[in-house]
Amino acid sequence: MSLQEIVIQQLFNGLLLGSFYGLVALGYSMVYGIIKLLNFAHADIYMVGGFCSLTILTFFGNTFIGNRWLGIVISMLITMIIVGLLGVIIERVAYKPLRNAPRLSLLITALGVSMILYNSVMVITSGEYRAYKTGLGYEGFSIGSVFVTHTQAILIVAAVALMFVLHLFITRTMYGKAMRAISMDLDCCRLMGVNVNKIIALTFFVGSMLAASAGMMAGVYYGSLHFFMGFVIGIKAFTSAVIGGIGVIPGAMLGGLLLGLLESFGTQIPFIGSEWKDVFSFSILILILIFKPTGLLGKKESERM
Amino acid sequence: MSEVVLSLKNLETRYGQIYALKGISLDVYEGEIVTLLGSNGAGKSTTLRTISNLVPACGGKVEFYGKDITNAPPHSIVEMGVIHVPEGRRIFKGLNVLENLEMGSFTLKDDAERKRRIDKVFELFPVLADRRRQMGGLLSGGEQQMLAIGRALMTDPKVLLLDEPSMGLAPILVQGIMDIIKKINEGGTTILLVEQNAKVALKLAHRGYVLETGKIVMEGKADVLSRDDSIVKAYLGH
Repeated sequence: MSLQEIVIQQLFNGLLLGSFYGLVALGYSMVYGIIKLLNFAHADIYMVGGFCSLTILTFFGNTFIGNRWLGIVISMLITMIIVGLLGVIIERVAYKPLRNAPRLSLLITALGVSMILYNSVMVITSGEYRAYKTGLGYEGFSIGSVFVTHTQAILIVAAVALMFVLHLFITRTMYGKAMRAISMDLDCCRLMGVNVNKIIALTFFVGSMLAASAGMMAGVYYGSLHFFMGFVIGIKAFTSAVIGGIGVIPGAMLGGLLLGLLESFGTQIPFIGSEWKDVFSFSILILILIFKPTGLLGKKESERM
Repeated sequence: MSEVVLSLKNLETRYGQIYALKGISLDVYEGEIVTLLGSNGAGKSTTLRTISNLVPACGGKVEFYGKDITNAPPHSIVEMGVIHVPEGRRIFKGLNVLENLEMGSFTLKDDAERKRRIDKVFELFPVLADRRRQMGGLLSGGEQQMLAIGRALMTDPKVLLLDEPSMGLAPILVQGIMDIIKKINEGGTTILLVEQNAKVALKLAHRGYVLETGKIVMEGKADVLSRDDSIVKAYLGH
Protein backbone atom coordinates (compact mmCIF):
# COMPACT_ATOMS: atom_id res chain seq x y z
CA MET A 1 0.00 0.00 0.00
CA SER A 2 1.18 3.47 -0.77
CA LEU A 3 1.50 6.08 1.94
CA GLN A 4 -1.58 7.86 0.69
CA GLU A 5 -3.67 4.72 0.95
CA ILE A 6 -2.45 4.03 4.43
CA VAL A 7 -3.47 7.54 5.42
CA ILE A 8 -6.96 7.14 3.96
CA GLN A 9 -7.40 3.73 5.54
CA GLN A 10 -6.32 4.91 8.96
CA LEU A 11 -8.41 8.04 8.61
CA PHE A 12 -11.51 5.91 8.21
CA ASN A 13 -10.58 3.55 11.02
CA GLY A 14 -9.75 6.47 13.27
CA LEU A 15 -12.94 8.39 12.52
CA LEU A 16 -15.07 5.35 13.18
CA LEU A 17 -13.32 4.46 16.41
CA GLY A 18 -13.30 8.13 17.36
CA SER A 19 -17.05 8.48 16.84
CA PHE A 20 -17.68 5.62 19.27
CA TYR A 21 -15.34 7.23 21.78
CA GLY A 22 -16.91 10.62 21.22
CA LEU A 23 -20.50 9.44 21.66
CA VAL A 24 -19.65 7.72 24.94
CA ALA A 25 -17.39 10.57 26.07
CA LEU A 26 -20.28 13.03 25.73
CA GLY A 27 -22.22 11.27 28.46
CA TYR A 28 -19.21 11.22 30.79
CA SER A 29 -18.54 14.85 30.17
CA MET A 30 -22.11 16.11 30.49
CA VAL A 31 -22.72 14.25 33.75
CA TYR A 32 -19.37 15.34 35.16
CA GLY A 33 -20.10 18.93 34.16
CA ILE A 34 -23.40 18.94 35.99
CA ILE A 35 -22.93 16.91 39.17
CA LYS A 36 -19.15 16.40 39.19
CA LEU A 37 -19.55 12.64 39.09
CA LEU A 38 -17.36 10.27 37.10
CA ASN A 39 -20.18 7.99 36.14
CA PHE A 40 -18.39 4.63 35.88
CA ALA A 41 -21.68 2.96 35.02
CA HIS A 42 -21.74 4.90 31.77
CA ALA A 43 -19.54 2.37 29.96
CA ASP A 44 -21.99 -0.36 30.93
CA ILE A 45 -24.86 1.74 29.63
CA TYR A 46 -23.04 1.52 26.29
CA MET A 47 -22.86 -2.26 26.63
CA VAL A 48 -26.53 -2.54 27.65
CA GLY A 49 -27.37 -0.40 24.61
CA GLY A 50 -25.67 -2.95 22.39
CA PHE A 51 -27.58 -5.90 23.87
CA CYS A 52 -30.88 -4.04 24.02
CA SER A 53 -30.64 -3.17 20.34
CA LEU A 54 -29.71 -6.76 19.45
CA THR A 55 -32.81 -8.02 21.24
CA ILE A 56 -35.06 -5.56 19.45
CA LEU A 57 -33.37 -6.16 16.11
CA THR A 58 -33.78 -9.91 16.47
CA PHE A 59 -37.45 -9.33 17.14
CA PHE A 60 -37.78 -7.18 14.00
CA GLY A 61 -35.78 -9.74 12.01
CA ASN A 62 -38.80 -12.02 12.22
CA THR A 63 -41.24 -9.37 11.01
CA PHE A 64 -41.75 -7.53 7.75
CA ILE A 65 -39.42 -4.75 8.92
CA GLY A 66 -36.50 -7.15 8.85
CA ASN A 67 -33.03 -6.57 10.22
CA ARG A 68 -31.59 -4.48 7.41
CA TRP A 69 -31.42 -0.66 7.48
CA LEU A 70 -35.10 -0.07 8.27
CA GLY A 71 -34.92 -2.49 11.18
CA ILE A 72 -31.63 -1.04 12.37
CA VAL A 73 -32.90 2.52 12.39
CA ILE A 74 -36.11 1.62 14.19
CA SER A 75 -34.38 -0.54 16.78
CA MET A 76 -31.81 2.20 17.30
CA LEU A 77 -34.54 4.73 18.10
CA ILE A 78 -36.31 2.33 20.48
CA THR A 79 -33.00 1.37 22.11
CA MET A 80 -32.08 5.00 22.63
CA ILE A 81 -35.36 5.69 24.40
CA ILE A 82 -35.27 2.55 26.57
CA VAL A 83 -31.64 2.96 27.61
CA GLY A 84 -32.13 6.71 28.07
CA LEU A 85 -34.88 5.90 30.56
CA LEU A 86 -32.59 3.35 32.21
CA GLY A 87 -30.09 6.16 32.73
CA VAL A 88 -32.78 8.33 34.31
CA ILE A 89 -33.87 5.48 36.61
CA ILE A 90 -30.26 4.84 37.69
CA GLU A 91 -29.88 8.53 38.53
CA ARG A 92 -33.13 8.58 40.52
CA VAL A 93 -32.44 5.41 42.46
CA ALA A 94 -28.67 5.50 42.97
CA TYR A 95 -27.37 9.05 42.61
CA LYS A 96 -30.17 11.44 43.55
CA PRO A 97 -30.33 10.36 47.21
CA LEU A 98 -26.61 11.18 47.42
CA ARG A 99 -26.91 14.68 45.96
CA ASN A 100 -25.39 16.26 49.09
CA ALA A 101 -23.14 13.35 50.08
CA PRO A 102 -19.34 13.49 49.67
CA ARG A 103 -18.20 12.97 46.08
CA LEU A 104 -16.41 9.76 47.03
CA SER A 105 -19.67 8.05 48.11
CA LEU A 106 -21.13 8.91 44.76
CA LEU A 107 -18.11 7.53 42.95
CA ILE A 108 -18.30 4.22 44.81
CA THR A 109 -22.02 4.02 44.10
CA ALA A 110 -21.27 4.48 40.42
CA LEU A 111 -18.84 1.54 40.58
CA GLY A 112 -21.57 -0.49 42.24
CA VAL A 113 -24.10 0.37 39.55
CA SER A 114 -21.53 -0.60 36.94
CA MET A 115 -21.07 -4.02 38.56
CA ILE A 116 -24.80 -4.59 38.80
CA LEU A 117 -25.21 -3.82 35.12
CA TYR A 118 -22.45 -5.98 33.70
CA ASN A 119 -23.06 -8.85 36.09
CA SER A 120 -26.75 -8.88 35.19
CA VAL A 121 -25.92 -9.01 31.50
CA MET A 122 -23.30 -11.68 32.20
CA VAL A 123 -25.92 -13.87 33.88
CA ILE A 124 -28.45 -13.31 31.09
CA THR A 125 -25.97 -14.07 28.31
CA SER A 126 -24.07 -16.77 30.29
CA GLY A 127 -20.96 -14.68 29.68
CA GLU A 128 -20.76 -15.66 26.03
CA TYR A 129 -20.16 -13.60 22.95
CA ARG A 130 -23.35 -12.91 21.02
CA ALA A 131 -23.27 -12.57 17.24
CA TYR A 132 -24.75 -9.35 15.96
CA LYS A 133 -26.45 -10.36 12.73
CA THR A 134 -27.62 -7.45 10.68
CA GLY A 135 -28.12 -8.92 7.24
CA LEU A 136 -26.13 -6.04 5.80
CA GLY A 137 -23.83 -7.01 2.99
CA TYR A 138 -20.27 -6.06 2.39
CA GLU A 139 -20.90 -3.81 -0.58
CA GLY A 140 -18.95 -0.61 -0.57
CA PHE A 141 -16.75 1.69 -2.55
CA SER A 142 -13.03 2.00 -3.15
CA ILE A 143 -10.78 4.96 -2.72
CA GLY A 144 -7.61 3.88 -4.47
CA SER A 145 -7.04 0.40 -3.17
CA VAL A 146 -8.77 1.24 0.12
CA PHE A 147 -12.12 -0.42 0.44
CA VAL A 148 -14.84 1.13 2.60
CA THR A 149 -18.14 -0.66 3.15
CA HIS A 150 -21.38 1.26 3.05
CA THR A 151 -21.95 0.23 6.66
CA GLN A 152 -18.73 1.89 7.80
CA ALA A 153 -19.49 5.09 5.92
CA ILE A 154 -23.06 5.27 7.20
CA LEU A 155 -21.96 4.67 10.80
CA ILE A 156 -19.56 7.60 10.64
CA VAL A 157 -22.23 9.83 9.14
CA ALA A 158 -24.76 8.73 11.75
CA ALA A 159 -22.39 9.40 14.63
CA VAL A 160 -21.50 12.84 13.34
CA ALA A 161 -25.19 13.60 12.76
CA LEU A 162 -26.02 12.64 16.36
CA MET A 163 -23.29 14.91 17.66
CA PHE A 164 -24.58 17.72 15.46
CA VAL A 165 -28.12 17.31 16.76
CA LEU A 166 -26.79 17.36 20.31
CA HIS A 167 -24.87 20.52 19.54
CA LEU A 168 -28.05 22.19 18.26
CA PHE A 169 -29.93 21.04 21.34
CA ILE A 170 -27.26 22.41 23.68
CA THR A 171 -26.90 25.78 21.98
CA ARG A 172 -30.41 26.55 20.72
CA THR A 173 -32.98 25.27 23.20
CA MET A 174 -33.70 26.61 26.69
CA TYR A 175 -33.21 23.13 28.19
CA GLY A 176 -29.81 22.88 26.50
CA LYS A 177 -28.80 26.28 27.77
CA ALA A 178 -29.96 25.30 31.23
CA MET A 179 -27.73 22.20 31.07
CA ARG A 180 -24.73 24.38 30.28
CA ALA A 181 -25.70 26.90 32.93
CA ILE A 182 -26.01 24.19 35.60
CA SER A 183 -22.52 22.98 34.80
CA MET A 184 -21.28 26.51 35.49
CA ASP A 185 -23.26 27.30 38.63
CA LEU A 186 -25.89 24.93 39.96
CA ASP A 187 -27.13 27.03 42.87
CA CYS A 188 -27.49 30.07 40.70
CA CYS A 189 -29.69 28.08 38.31
CA ARG A 190 -32.02 27.39 41.20
CA LEU A 191 -32.33 31.14 41.64
CA MET A 192 -33.32 31.45 37.98
CA GLY A 193 -36.28 29.15 38.58
CA VAL A 194 -34.66 26.13 36.94
CA ASN A 195 -35.93 22.82 38.29
CA VAL A 196 -32.45 21.41 38.68
CA ASN A 197 -33.53 17.81 39.29
CA LYS A 198 -35.43 17.79 36.03
CA ILE A 199 -32.43 19.04 34.08
CA ILE A 200 -30.13 16.50 35.74
CA ALA A 201 -32.53 13.72 34.76
CA LEU A 202 -32.60 15.09 31.21
CA THR A 203 -28.80 15.07 31.12
CA PHE A 204 -28.70 11.41 32.10
CA PHE A 205 -31.35 10.66 29.49
CA VAL A 206 -29.43 12.34 26.68
CA GLY A 207 -26.05 10.94 27.76
CA SER A 208 -27.34 7.37 28.06
CA MET A 209 -29.13 7.70 24.74
CA LEU A 210 -25.89 8.61 22.97
CA ALA A 211 -23.94 5.81 24.69
CA ALA A 212 -26.64 3.33 23.70
CA SER A 213 -26.44 4.44 20.09
CA ALA A 214 -22.67 3.93 20.20
CA GLY A 215 -23.18 0.47 21.70
CA MET A 216 -25.47 -0.45 18.87
CA MET A 217 -23.10 0.96 16.26
CA ALA A 218 -20.27 -1.07 17.78
CA GLY A 219 -22.43 -4.18 17.49
CA VAL A 220 -23.21 -3.48 13.85
CA TYR A 221 -19.56 -2.72 13.10
CA TYR A 222 -17.79 -5.51 14.97
CA GLY A 223 -20.55 -8.10 14.52
CA SER A 224 -20.50 -9.34 18.10
CA LEU A 225 -21.27 -8.28 21.66
CA HIS A 226 -19.87 -9.23 25.04
CA PHE A 227 -20.90 -8.25 28.56
CA PHE A 228 -17.47 -6.75 29.29
CA MET A 229 -17.20 -4.75 26.07
CA GLY A 230 -17.85 -1.50 27.91
CA PHE A 231 -14.72 -1.69 30.01
CA VAL A 232 -12.03 -0.66 27.56
CA ILE A 233 -14.17 1.77 25.62
CA GLY A 234 -15.24 3.30 28.93
CA ILE A 235 -11.66 4.08 29.81
CA LYS A 236 -10.96 5.34 26.31
CA ALA A 237 -14.06 7.53 26.28
CA PHE A 238 -13.15 8.90 29.67
CA THR A 239 -9.68 9.65 28.29
CA SER A 240 -11.33 11.43 25.35
CA ALA A 241 -13.42 13.53 27.69
CA VAL A 242 -10.32 14.54 29.68
CA ILE A 243 -8.33 15.29 26.53
CA GLY A 244 -11.06 17.56 25.23
CA GLY A 245 -11.66 19.15 28.63
CA ILE A 246 -14.07 17.34 30.92
CA GLY A 247 -17.37 19.13 31.31
CA VAL A 248 -16.96 20.84 27.94
CA ILE A 249 -19.34 19.31 25.42
CA PRO A 250 -17.55 20.13 22.12
CA GLY A 251 -14.40 18.98 23.93
CA ALA A 252 -15.77 15.46 24.34
CA MET A 253 -16.53 15.21 20.61
CA LEU A 254 -13.14 16.61 19.68
CA GLY A 255 -11.33 14.45 22.23
CA GLY A 256 -13.08 11.30 20.97
CA LEU A 257 -12.29 11.90 17.32
CA LEU A 258 -8.74 12.92 18.16
CA LEU A 259 -8.09 9.86 20.28
CA GLY A 260 -9.56 7.59 17.61
CA LEU A 261 -7.35 9.12 14.95
CA LEU A 262 -4.25 9.11 17.15
CA GLU A 263 -4.78 5.46 17.97
CA SER A 264 -5.22 4.33 14.42
CA PHE A 265 -2.32 6.38 13.14
CA GLY A 266 -0.26 5.35 16.17
CA THR A 267 -0.35 1.75 14.97
CA GLN A 268 1.52 2.87 11.85
CA ILE A 269 4.54 4.26 13.66
CA PRO A 270 7.51 1.98 13.02
CA PHE A 271 8.36 -0.39 15.91
CA ILE A 272 5.02 0.37 17.57
CA GLY A 273 2.66 -2.39 16.58
CA SER A 274 -1.08 -2.35 17.05
CA GLU A 275 -0.71 -4.20 20.35
CA TRP A 276 0.81 -0.99 21.70
CA LYS A 277 -2.10 1.22 20.77
CA ASP A 278 -3.46 1.45 24.32
CA VAL A 279 -0.06 2.43 25.62
CA PHE A 280 0.02 5.05 22.93
CA SER A 281 -3.36 6.57 23.81
CA PHE A 282 -2.76 6.63 27.55
CA SER A 283 0.67 8.20 27.05
CA ILE A 284 -1.14 10.97 25.24
CA LEU A 285 -3.51 11.31 28.18
CA ILE A 286 -0.55 11.70 30.53
CA LEU A 287 1.06 14.29 28.27
CA ILE A 288 -2.15 16.30 28.10
CA LEU A 289 -2.56 16.15 31.86
CA ILE A 290 0.98 17.41 32.33
CA PHE A 291 0.93 20.22 29.80
CA LYS A 292 -2.74 21.26 29.71
CA PRO A 293 -4.56 19.78 32.72
CA THR A 294 -7.84 21.48 31.82
CA GLY A 295 -7.94 19.64 28.48
CA LEU A 296 -7.79 21.12 25.01
CA LEU A 297 -11.00 23.16 25.21
CA GLY A 298 -11.18 23.52 28.99
CA LYS A 299 -10.70 26.96 30.44
CA LYS A 300 -9.40 28.16 33.72
CA GLU A 301 -11.81 30.45 35.50
CA SER A 302 -10.75 33.89 36.54
CA GLU A 303 -12.42 36.44 38.76
CA ARG A 304 -13.29 39.85 37.37
CA MET A 305 -13.25 43.01 39.35
CA MET B 1 -50.35 51.52 54.88
CA SER B 2 -49.63 49.34 51.90
CA GLU B 3 -49.65 45.56 51.92
CA VAL B 4 -46.95 43.35 53.43
CA VAL B 5 -45.19 41.55 50.56
CA LEU B 6 -42.59 39.56 52.39
CA SER B 7 -42.75 38.66 56.02
CA LEU B 8 -40.28 36.64 58.08
CA LYS B 9 -41.61 35.25 61.33
CA ASN B 10 -39.07 34.09 63.88
CA LEU B 11 -36.98 32.51 61.11
CA GLU B 12 -34.22 30.11 62.16
CA THR B 13 -31.48 28.56 60.02
CA ARG B 14 -28.45 26.56 60.95
CA TYR B 15 -25.36 25.21 59.29
CA GLY B 16 -24.71 21.91 61.02
CA GLN B 17 -25.09 22.59 64.72
CA ILE B 18 -24.38 26.28 64.44
CA TYR B 19 -27.34 28.63 64.25
CA ALA B 20 -26.82 31.36 61.64
CA LEU B 21 -30.26 32.87 62.17
CA LYS B 22 -31.68 32.80 65.67
CA GLY B 23 -35.24 33.89 65.09
CA ILE B 24 -35.51 36.75 62.65
CA SER B 25 -38.74 38.67 62.15
CA LEU B 26 -39.11 41.40 59.60
CA ASP B 27 -41.71 42.81 57.21
CA VAL B 28 -41.24 44.30 53.77
CA TYR B 29 -44.11 46.41 52.45
CA GLU B 30 -45.11 46.83 48.83
CA GLY B 31 -42.99 49.40 47.00
CA GLU B 32 -40.37 49.68 49.72
CA ILE B 33 -36.61 49.41 49.71
CA VAL B 34 -35.62 47.72 52.95
CA THR B 35 -31.99 47.23 53.81
CA LEU B 36 -30.36 44.64 56.04
CA LEU B 37 -27.21 45.89 57.69
CA GLY B 38 -24.63 44.15 59.79
CA SER B 39 -21.04 43.05 59.91
CA ASN B 40 -19.55 39.95 58.33
CA GLY B 41 -21.17 36.77 59.57
CA ALA B 42 -24.19 38.54 61.04
CA GLY B 43 -26.52 36.44 58.88
CA LYS B 44 -27.49 38.90 56.16
CA SER B 45 -26.76 36.64 53.22
CA THR B 46 -28.15 33.64 55.08
CA THR B 47 -31.43 35.51 55.48
CA LEU B 48 -31.72 35.93 51.72
CA ARG B 49 -30.56 32.36 51.09
CA THR B 50 -33.22 31.07 53.46
CA ILE B 51 -35.95 33.11 51.77
CA SER B 52 -35.06 31.64 48.37
CA ASN B 53 -34.48 28.23 50.02
CA LEU B 54 -30.90 27.68 48.99
CA VAL B 55 -30.54 26.71 52.65
CA PRO B 56 -33.55 25.25 54.44
CA ALA B 57 -35.14 27.00 57.39
CA CYS B 58 -35.21 24.92 60.57
CA GLY B 59 -37.76 27.04 62.35
CA GLY B 60 -40.13 29.94 61.81
CA LYS B 61 -41.87 31.04 58.63
CA VAL B 62 -41.38 32.93 55.38
CA GLU B 63 -44.59 34.43 54.04
CA PHE B 64 -45.14 35.96 50.64
CA TYR B 65 -48.37 37.99 50.43
CA GLY B 66 -49.56 36.05 53.47
CA LYS B 67 -48.87 32.67 51.85
CA ASP B 68 -46.46 30.33 53.63
CA ILE B 69 -43.51 29.66 51.30
CA THR B 70 -41.08 28.30 53.91
CA ASN B 71 -38.89 25.62 52.31
CA ALA B 72 -40.85 25.59 49.04
CA PRO B 73 -38.73 24.34 46.10
CA PRO B 74 -36.47 27.20 44.91
CA HIS B 75 -37.89 27.16 41.39
CA SER B 76 -41.45 27.57 42.63
CA ILE B 77 -40.39 30.55 44.75
CA VAL B 78 -38.95 32.13 41.60
CA GLU B 79 -42.18 31.45 39.74
CA MET B 80 -44.09 33.35 42.44
CA GLY B 81 -41.92 36.40 41.78
CA VAL B 82 -39.28 36.39 44.52
CA ILE B 83 -35.91 36.77 42.82
CA HIS B 84 -32.57 36.54 44.56
CA VAL B 85 -29.48 38.18 43.04
CA PRO B 86 -26.72 36.33 44.87
CA GLU B 87 -23.55 37.71 46.34
CA GLY B 88 -20.65 37.90 43.93
CA ARG B 89 -22.95 38.34 40.92
CA ARG B 90 -22.72 34.69 39.88
CA ILE B 91 -23.36 35.25 36.21
CA PHE B 92 -22.82 32.30 33.89
CA LYS B 93 -19.33 32.96 32.65
CA GLY B 94 -19.43 30.58 29.73
CA LEU B 95 -22.75 31.88 28.39
CA ASN B 96 -22.95 35.13 26.47
CA VAL B 97 -24.90 38.15 27.68
CA LEU B 98 -27.99 37.25 25.70
CA GLU B 99 -27.98 33.64 26.95
CA ASN B 100 -27.53 34.83 30.52
CA LEU B 101 -30.63 36.97 30.17
CA GLU B 102 -32.53 34.11 28.57
CA MET B 103 -31.65 31.91 31.55
CA GLY B 104 -33.23 34.58 33.74
CA SER B 105 -36.52 33.98 31.99
CA PHE B 106 -36.28 30.19 32.14
CA THR B 107 -39.75 29.86 33.66
CA LEU B 108 -41.27 31.87 30.82
CA LYS B 109 -42.68 29.88 27.91
CA ASP B 110 -43.62 32.79 25.66
CA ASP B 111 -40.76 33.69 23.27
CA ALA B 112 -42.24 37.04 22.19
CA GLU B 113 -42.56 38.12 25.81
CA ARG B 114 -38.97 36.99 26.43
CA LYS B 115 -37.77 39.22 23.59
CA ARG B 116 -39.77 42.13 24.94
CA ARG B 117 -38.20 41.78 28.37
CA ILE B 118 -34.69 41.50 26.92
CA ASP B 119 -35.28 44.78 25.10
CA LYS B 120 -36.44 46.33 28.37
CA VAL B 121 -33.25 45.24 30.13
CA PHE B 122 -31.17 46.61 27.26
CA GLU B 123 -33.00 49.90 27.63
CA LEU B 124 -32.03 50.02 31.30
CA PHE B 125 -28.44 48.90 30.60
CA PRO B 126 -27.44 50.08 27.11
CA VAL B 127 -23.90 48.82 27.65
CA LEU B 128 -25.22 45.24 27.79
CA ALA B 129 -26.91 45.67 24.44
CA ASP B 130 -23.56 46.50 22.88
CA ARG B 131 -22.03 43.37 24.35
CA ARG B 132 -24.87 40.93 23.79
CA ARG B 133 -22.65 38.32 22.12
CA GLN B 134 -19.81 38.60 24.61
CA MET B 135 -19.16 35.83 27.13
CA GLY B 136 -20.30 36.77 30.63
CA GLY B 137 -16.86 36.00 32.06
CA LEU B 138 -15.27 38.64 29.85
CA LEU B 139 -17.40 41.52 31.15
CA SER B 140 -16.01 43.99 33.67
CA GLY B 141 -17.16 43.76 37.28
CA GLY B 142 -19.64 46.61 36.88
CA GLU B 143 -21.06 45.11 33.71
CA GLN B 144 -21.37 41.73 35.41
CA GLN B 145 -23.37 43.34 38.21
CA MET B 146 -25.63 44.99 35.64
CA LEU B 147 -26.06 41.64 33.93
CA ALA B 148 -26.88 39.94 37.24
CA ILE B 149 -29.55 42.55 37.98
CA GLY B 150 -30.82 42.52 34.40
CA ARG B 151 -31.07 38.73 34.49
CA ALA B 152 -33.14 38.95 37.66
CA LEU B 153 -35.46 41.49 36.01
CA MET B 154 -36.17 38.98 33.22
CA THR B 155 -38.60 37.18 35.52
CA ASP B 156 -40.56 40.39 36.08
CA PRO B 157 -40.08 40.06 39.86
CA LYS B 158 -42.40 41.34 42.55
CA VAL B 159 -39.61 41.28 45.13
CA LEU B 160 -35.92 41.57 44.39
CA LEU B 161 -33.47 40.25 46.98
CA LEU B 162 -30.14 41.94 46.33
CA ASP B 163 -27.04 40.60 48.06
CA GLU B 164 -24.15 43.06 48.19
CA PRO B 165 -24.59 44.65 44.77
CA SER B 166 -21.71 47.04 45.50
CA MET B 167 -19.23 44.33 46.45
CA GLY B 168 -15.94 44.47 44.58
CA LEU B 169 -16.93 47.48 42.51
CA ALA B 170 -14.98 50.68 42.12
CA PRO B 171 -16.57 53.48 44.21
CA ILE B 172 -17.43 55.37 41.07
CA LEU B 173 -19.55 52.44 39.85
CA VAL B 174 -21.33 51.93 43.16
CA GLN B 175 -23.42 55.07 42.82
CA GLY B 176 -24.43 54.04 39.30
CA ILE B 177 -25.71 50.67 40.53
CA MET B 178 -27.58 52.36 43.40
CA ASP B 179 -29.28 54.73 40.95
CA ILE B 180 -30.38 51.74 38.91
CA ILE B 181 -31.79 50.03 42.01
CA LYS B 182 -33.74 53.19 42.78
CA LYS B 183 -35.08 53.27 39.24
CA ILE B 184 -36.17 49.62 39.45
CA ASN B 185 -37.91 50.34 42.74
CA GLU B 186 -39.72 53.33 41.24
CA GLY B 187 -40.95 50.99 38.53
CA GLY B 188 -42.89 49.16 41.24
CA THR B 189 -40.54 46.39 42.38
CA THR B 190 -40.14 45.90 46.11
CA ILE B 191 -36.52 45.48 47.18
CA LEU B 192 -34.76 43.82 50.08
CA LEU B 193 -31.15 44.99 49.98
CA VAL B 194 -28.24 43.47 51.86
CA GLU B 195 -25.23 45.76 52.04
CA GLN B 196 -21.88 46.05 53.77
CA ASN B 197 -21.74 49.64 52.63
CA ALA B 198 -24.21 51.00 55.17
CA LYS B 199 -23.80 54.61 54.14
CA VAL B 200 -24.87 53.98 50.56
CA ALA B 201 -27.62 51.59 51.59
CA LEU B 202 -29.22 53.92 54.13
CA LYS B 203 -29.24 56.75 51.61
CA LEU B 204 -31.23 54.57 49.22
CA ALA B 205 -33.52 52.62 51.53
CA HIS B 206 -36.77 53.60 53.19
CA ARG B 207 -36.26 51.42 56.24
CA GLY B 208 -33.50 49.30 57.67
CA TYR B 209 -32.83 46.42 60.03
CA VAL B 210 -29.54 45.80 61.80
CA LEU B 211 -28.43 42.20 62.28
CA GLU B 212 -25.92 40.99 64.81
CA THR B 213 -24.93 37.31 65.09
CA GLY B 214 -28.23 36.05 63.74
CA LYS B 215 -30.55 38.44 65.57
CA ILE B 216 -32.16 41.74 64.72
CA VAL B 217 -30.86 44.31 67.19
CA MET B 218 -32.35 47.45 65.73
CA GLU B 219 -34.85 48.59 63.15
CA GLY B 220 -36.26 51.84 61.93
CA LYS B 221 -36.56 54.43 59.21
CA ALA B 222 -33.38 54.83 57.18
CA ASP B 223 -32.82 58.46 58.02
CA VAL B 224 -33.23 57.74 61.73
CA LEU B 225 -30.78 54.84 61.56
CA SER B 226 -28.22 56.87 59.68
CA ARG B 227 -28.22 59.40 62.57
CA ASP B 228 -28.05 56.73 65.28
CA ASP B 229 -24.78 56.94 67.18
CA SER B 230 -24.19 53.24 67.65
CA ILE B 231 -24.76 52.58 63.95
CA VAL B 232 -22.55 55.40 62.90
CA LYS B 233 -19.84 53.98 65.11
CA ALA B 234 -20.26 50.36 64.11
CA TYR B 235 -20.97 50.55 60.40
CA LEU B 236 -20.40 54.01 59.05
CA GLY B 237 -16.83 54.26 60.21
CA HIS B 238 -16.59 57.60 62.01
